[in-house]
Amino acid sequence: MATVSYKDATRIYPGSDHPAVDRLNLDIQDGEFMVLVGPSGCGKSTSLRMLAGLEEVNEGRIFIGDRDVTDLPPKDRDIAMVFQNYALYPHMTVADNMGFALKMQNVPKAERQERVLKAAKLLGLEEYLTRKPKALSGGQRQRVAMGRAIVRQPHVFLMDEPLSNLDAKLRVSTRTQIAALQANLGVTTVYVTHDQVEAMTMGHRVAVMKDGLLQQVDAPMTLYDKPVNLFVAGFIGSPAMNLIKGQVVDGGVQIGDYVVPVAREILAKAPGEATLTLGIRPENFHVADAGIAVDVSVIEDLGADIYLYATLAGMAEADKLTAPQIVARLNARQGASQGRLRLGVDAAAVHVFSNESELRIS
Amino acid sequence: MPRFISTTPDSRLLPFPWSTPLADWPINLLVALPRGLSRHVVRFIQVGDSVYAAKEVVEHLANHEYRLLTDLHRLGTPSVEPIGIITERMDHDCNPLDPILLTRHLEFALPYRSLFSPGVRQETVSRLIDAMVVLIARLHLIGFKWGDISLSNILFRRDAGAFAAYLVDAETGEMHDRLTDGQRLQDMEIARTNLFGDFLDLQAAGRLQAPFDPLALVSMVMTRYAELWQELTGAEEFSVSEMDRIEGRVRRLNALGFDVAEMDIQTDDGSSKIRIQPKVVDAGHHQRRLMRLTGLDTEENQARRLLNDLDTYRFRSGQTKADEAVVAHRWLTEQFEPVMQQVPAALRAKREPAQLFHELLDYRWYKSQREHRDVPLVEAAKGYVRDVLQGLPDEAMNKDALIPADGSPQLVNPFDPSQGYVEEGDDEPLPPDPWESAADAAPEPSPFLDIAALRAKAASS
Repeated sequence: MATVSYKDATRIYPGSDHPAVDRLNLDIQDGEFMVLVGPSGCGKSTSLRMLAGLEEVNEGRIFIGDRDVTDLPPKDRDIAMVFQNYALYPHMTVADNMGFALKMQNVPKAERQERVLKAAKLLGLEEYLTRKPKALSGGQRQRVAMGRAIVRQPHVFLMDEPLSNLDAKLRVSTRTQIAALQANLGVTTVYVTHDQVEAMTMGHRVAVMKDGLLQQVDAPMTLYDKPVNLFVAGFIGSPAMNLIKGQVVDGGVQIGDYVVPVAREILAKAPGEATLTLGIRPENFHVADAGIAVDVSVIEDLGADIYLYATLAGMAEADKLTAPQIVARLNARQGASQGRLRLGVDAAAVHVFSNESELRIS
Repeated sequence: MPRFISTTPDSRLLPFPWSTPLADWPINLLVALPRGLSRHVVRFIQVGDSVYAAKEVVEHLANHEYRLLTDLHRLGTPSVEPIGIITERMDHDCNPLDPILLTRHLEFALPYRSLFSPGVRQETVSRLIDAMVVLIARLHLIGFKWGDISLSNILFRRDAGAFAAYLVDAETGEMHDRLTDGQRLQDMEIARTNLFGDFLDLQAAGRLQAPFDPLALVSMVMTRYAELWQELTGAEEFSVSEMDRIEGRVRRLNALGFDVAEMDIQTDDGSSKIRIQPKVVDAGHHQRRLMRLTGLDTEENQARRLLNDLDTYRFRSGQTKADEAVVAHRWLTEQFEPVMQQVPAALRAKREPAQLFHELLDYRWYKSQREHRDVPLVEAAKGYVRDVLQGLPDEAMNKDALIPADGSPQLVNPFDPSQGYVEEGDDEPLPPDPWESAADAAPEPSPFLDIAALRAKAASS
């Protein structure tokens, strides 16, 4: 087991004037499941590869435990990269498929068997150890592949989009299995994904990156409830948080003909700004007599909930196509109809962002 | 309606049953050829006179691999030729199916499972390893990190007395401007594990027997790669009085089949030391020379052999002062082509032309030694066809490994070696798996974030 620390770690690709990872400072606790997430090109995979020893660290250092691994070759870092590729050998038993790499490392036979058995128990594969893999399902094969990494007993697991080549259903079940296994094993894990749903459901903490810069690192619910800036607010959540620009007026922020109440001390944090952006999660809207006026374009019925897609009221038809969509998740009993209605919101559920700094001020 | 993405559109592909999962295609469309293991469904299909490998794989990987194979092909790297991708496939119930990536089957290719068989010679294994190491080094030189080096992802072709290796799977590959040492070393670590597994599996299947030891074979790969990489890229320092070492290094690289396009040579003012390091090294030294002179496209060692024969011809025919290109043209029309004309069309699938010429030269040498006379080439060609070629198996479409000899095991599915051999106990049902049942019972995944569940999880922890 080990902690992982990035200290001002920077990677600049040759010929590029913009760092792919820019002074990353991140401390990962022993046994923690840390997910790095962000859009394509944000630096998440590069960060993982710097830890794995696949990318040079141009500035700063990386530590695993107390050991400075910045200049160590990958094989000396005591990490296991869990790969998407998992060819199983048809003529070897499941046990041999899981434990063969230990033989290469001269681990004594008794210990090999013990480690394989322990991993198989964790993975629900104990009954299959003496069988050949040909009859195994896709999910079982995936577990044998995980077993290969587990028996090595590394200090840190690294996973780079390990679910990206699985179909949707297998992806969800494997996601649950990886999270449960990690919890059982307690091995520090760094996991990269572009999928925020995956990040939020798996990680103890999630590090959100953009353009090589760490934006925020927090527990999933903190990211959701207190995003530090406009980017994190828009990136985390599905459907995404509604980000609506409004005019600063006495007592709040005006959107259309409605003033969303915002406390004076919050408004005072952005002196001189005529407009601010309000962030409202879809589930924080309700149909009300007083609220933001919207024109509903689509209602999607999902049983207990309905999703309502709308634009701010009074927009010209041509503008509606390009205007940001407002999404509300309403209780089906509230009822909603096509056409114009008003969406109320609790003041406590409104996130307020400066348009100049893009930072949260509420 | 499926969508075809290809740089070389082929209308013969249209009638194939794209709305059927590849694993269920009727066998009359399939060709049973030996190949490596794959975690995807892979089948060979007959399209007119050609055979294509079809791989069913998720869309982003299909696109990624198609692009990479196109790049590798453009750069002249030994790799399979991409044909296209078929996307937007739907089954008859309108459920989406994964795309299919098509590559051209490499003719005269010998998958490792047909090369490793009981009684394989030490020398053969050593040459297979050399070919593999050269391929890996060539890929690393152009900045390609394979990410999954294994015997299953390599095909071999005969190359004079040696082998040439080809990349067949680029799914996990990445193209970089240049590889860092970490990337290269990790690629080799993956190779170490995968190859060890491959050799153990061959051993378990009874195809690799003593004196071959999986661990020793893997060490041999690693050592030879390290030596070759050092020769190709390592810096060398010597005194100014040993300037011939620059030429020596270039000659050694040429002998290994590489051209030095750029050599970094540094001298320090006032120092008597010189430091040299090859900067740009291109594989295919002899291949390019033979291609330039004759238009023949061959493997590296075949080219070396044919060039030697060309040099001999030049000397024997007293044309040492003639222009090399003119002599090469004469050699082609007076030596190479007349030999090829002696080979009946029915036997041409047994060996590639350059390989056949190489084997014929060997045949002639032995015959000349035996008979104490200089056997003319055309006479030797007739003898070679009669004595040797007729008895060889077809290698254009090598089915060796699929024809079980007496007592040898049968594949579960001749179209899919990844399923292994038919064995006792195959009929025993697998024990129930609660993990599978739980996964099957799980509801269809929602695209939305279930924030209530997350909040409950956060509250309970």
